[in-house]
Amino acid sequence: MAMSQPLIACHDCDLLHQVKALPPKCTARCTRCGALLYVHAPDTLDRTLAIAITGLVLMLLANIYPFLSLESQGTILETTLITGVIILSQQSPLGLAILVLLTSMLVPCMFLFALLYTLGSMKIGKSLPARKRLFRIALTLRPWSMTEVFLLGILVSVVKLSKLASIIPGTALFAFLALVFVLAAINTTLDPHVIWEKMDP
Amino acid sequence: MTLSSDGLNKGTAAAHGLYNCHICGLLVRRPKIPASHVHCPRCGGRLHLRKPNSISRTWACVIAAMIFYIPANLLPVTVTTYLGRSQADTIMSGVIYFMKSGSWGIAGIIFVASIVVPIAKLMVLSGLMFSVQRRSRWRPLERAHLYRLTETIGRWSMLDVFVVTVLVALVRLGYLSTIEAGPGVVYFAAVVVLTMIAAMTFDPRLIWDALEKNDESITD
Repeated sequence: MAMSQPLIACHDCDLLHQVKALPPKCTARCTRCGALLYVHAPDTLDRTLAIAITGLVLMLLANIYPFLSLESQGTILETTLITGVIILSQQSPLGLAILVLLTSMLVPCMFLFALLYTLGSMKIGKSLPARKRLFRIALTLRPWSMTEVFLLGILVSVVKLSKLASIIPGTALFAFLALVFVLAAINTTLDPHVIWEKMDP
Repeated sequence: MTLSSDGLNKGTAAAHGLYNCHICGLLVRRPKIPASHVHCPRCGGRLHLRKPNSISRTWACVIAAMIFYIPANLLPVTVTTYLGRSQADTIMSGVIYFMKSGSWGIAGIIFVASIVVPIAKLMVLSGLMFSVQRRSRWRPLERAHLYRLTETIGRWSMLDVFVVTVLVALVRLGYLSTIEAGPGVVYFAAVVVLTMIAAMTFDPRLIWDALEKNDESITD
């Protein structure tokens, strides 16, 4: 039933294209609607795996160290990444706190874990159970990972509070900042087409 | 299958009787006997020629988001208590606060992310839906670009929700002031989530289907 893959259909307009080898740092776009067809991602498996591991370490650091501290009249209030979610769950419907928890932490975390599991199993050459399903979930979850928006939210809040008190950035903030760049880097290193082809027995 | 090698005018996957797996991109020939559920042999995802019930699902999300947009803007998103005095702020009064305090850049960012982007998204999606339902052949490339823009910028509207999260974490139980989340932020978050889902359920291939020679509605 499946066809051999010299052809690819545009994700946005369904037009068929022939797959051709790309020169480095090039992307293939649809001739009709301009949507991205595929990218040139060399060593996509190794590079993405390395970045996913980095991301998980940063995620751990971002959660154990103090995130932001507020100093006002000699007292220091220390917060961690999860504090906002906990306070929000006490003041608003639980759904809102869950949404923030998902988009700022859980989804990026699950995305990185799923990448580590799938790509790791390919790297060691073992077909671990449910790796295809996990990779599929990772790709579906991707739009709901909003760490970069959260980072901008922190910037706005800090500007808003800068006149009331002094804000002390913690170690976790820098880890989170690095995590935003790591997650962005996956966009250029991960080529799902190649991964699917390699995974297909 | 024989196809011209110039890379143009090859027709769509649907016209060749092929499913394009929306997850892994595998092209799968449509079975001769119609089946209700076809799964991708490579990744296991459900196969459809077009996203199922795209138009009604997208309209449902767009209309719900339009309704939630009203309380999101009228109800306060934060309640600041300062020396026993409470002050409720809506999204717009937050923007005005930044303008008055001279932070024009931040005021601009919040105004664009919380007010311009949701309205623009709802207008663009409604316009695209009208054009697709009327099987319009008008400027498909521009409409495709508009759709991709909506899909890309929609997530940035979550900004205000995250600002409230950081504010309530940092300003609490102090001598001077506390900031609490208001009911408006819940509706606002609902607007953002609904418009994101609307952009996901809309099928941009419907824009191009109207241009096909023997245009029949592709349903499954």
